[in-house]
Amino acid sequence: MFALISELFSVSYTIRTVALGAAVLGIISGMLGCYAVLRRQALLGDAMSHAALPGIVLAFLLTGGRELPVLLLGAAVAGCVATLLLSAITSSTRIKEDSALGMLLSVFFGFGLVLLTFAQKQPSAAQAGLDTFLFGQAASLVQRDVMTMAIIGAVALTIMLLFWKEFKLLSFDPDFASTLGLPVRLLDIGLTSLIVIAIVIGLQTVGVVLMSAMLVAPAVAARQWTDRLGLMVALAGLFGALAGVVGAVLSATARGLSTGPMIVLSVSMIVVLSLLVAPNRGLIWNWLQQQRTAAVCSTPSRTAIRSRIHQ
Amino acid sequence: MLVDVKTDTAIEVHDLTVAYRDRPVLWDVDMEVPPGTLLAIVGPNGAGKTTLIKSILGLVKTAAGQTYIYGKPYTAQRHLVAYVPQRGSVDWDFPTNALDVVMMGRYGALGWFRRPGKRERALALEALAKVNMLDFAERQISQLSGGQQQRVFLARALVQDAEVYFMDEPFQGVDVTTERAIVTLLQELRAAGKTVVVVHHDLSTVAEYFDRVMLLNVRRVALGLVAEVFTEHNLSLTYGGRVSTTAGR
Repeated sequence: MFALISELFSVSYTIRTVALGAAVLGIISGMLGCYAVLRRQALLGDAMSHAALPGIVLAFLLTGGRELPVLLLGAAVAGCVATLLLSAITSSTRIKEDSALGMLLSVFFGFGLVLLTFAQKQPSAAQAGLDTFLFGQAASLVQRDVMTMAIIGAVALTIMLLFWKEFKLLSFDPDFASTLGLPVRLLDIGLTSLIVIAIVIGLQTVGVVLMSAMLVAPAVAARQWTDRLGLMVALAGLFGALAGVVGAVLSATARGLSTGPMIVLSVSMIVVLSLLVAPNRGLIWNWLQQQRTAAVCSTPSRTAIRSRIHQ
Repeated sequence: MLVDVKTDTAIEVHDLTVAYRDRPVLWDVDMEVPPGTLLAIVGPNGAGKTTLIKSILGLVKTAAGQTYIYGKPYTAQRHLVAYVPQRGSVDWDFPTNALDVVMMGRYGALGWFRRPGKRERALALEALAKVNMLDFAERQISQLSGGQQQRVFLARALVQDAEVYFMDEPFQGVDVTTERAIVTLLQELRAAGKTVVVVHHDLSTVAEYFDRVMLLNVRRVALGLVAEVFTEHNLSLTYGGRVSTTAGR
């Protein structure tokens, strides 16, 4: 296996770049995704990544070019607009957050698809390949893209570490954070912006449709293995990176396997494994625990056990 | 702790009005609490008890009114105030342990960028010892019982080392032993000159636990010494005339 990987890496510049890019994406989205999951905002990540599509196409239509930074800026702006709309809807109407998210997601994505079809009817050839943002096209990653992802991601993660205790308290008990004098609203916007950055970084590789999996899945898997936030964030980064590399390598070994979906499938496998075998929280662990309890309780010394429990 | 000794009111509230949409939750509430008081706020569900605490702490938008802690607006006196929210207000499956939650009480004093260190750890352990939770310091918070979770929240307020404590239903879902322990703790705080405001549900223990009581139902029905204002007449005004007399005198 290792021989195979090292061979692949030495053979192909493309595979190496793609695997590296996927790993960088996995680390960033995995670590920042923990906050989305802990704050029960997994759906928000999904809505924001779907909302990126109209942003990308609008950026293209307005500038007429398809420089990546411009398109991603469009994606980020659209993601932020969706977030602002969400808080406007939930605070000024009686619509609940989950319904508002569902609506925003489909409206933005639908609008994005309309714009995309429109753009594709344009006579210029520049629009070719805009639709790769739907499911991502990792093969188009070049070294400079990976460098850009790494730098932006490093900035985002540094901010996360600087405000570690503030973000932790915000996620656990925002009211209490507010009574301490923390600017809760500002921190909330900051943390959400970091998540938008993580999404934008992944769009080229994984695409708007599957991106939320990269935020949610590593965090969910990591939560199974630990009860400490620091370890959870580190593990989620590790799982994300692992899924990125495995997905990239798998898609390179067989023809016709797209990288983005393969990465998402890899991270899903990590989630399934974690749900099953993780100690304390895993399903198998729980089942064994129940068997043990049942076995103990059905022995003749039941009364002894019972009296021990009652003590 | 430096406290302005010239003022003799710990908490002062004037004409406080809060509304959700067109429905008033608090109407023109006045409140004065002298230092060293154990005050219970009682009233039926929806009376605005939690809202009152939250508006004093700036967590709820007020339509009118002013609140003061030791003579100054709350925003200038945060360091004098500690808060124990309702236990159900947070997700107890959050990946952290009891000690860590208690240390959160020091975040305000720590300021930006600084991580809790040895000093914070020592203070948190001390607070956990005060609530008899030292053995559970490293325990994941979801594995604590309701009463233990409540005591962790109390410890978090204790490390804030405040002058005024606001507690939202600290006896909710705790067993008798824990309730006793909490009451003892509250009385120690009062003995140390602190002011403690508790949203309370159990009318039968008001006289035993507290020295002052506020009867609230959107408007303030009464506020004063338990012996003077905790009367059957005031209770029926607060609860609409159908209160069992187990609470009365």
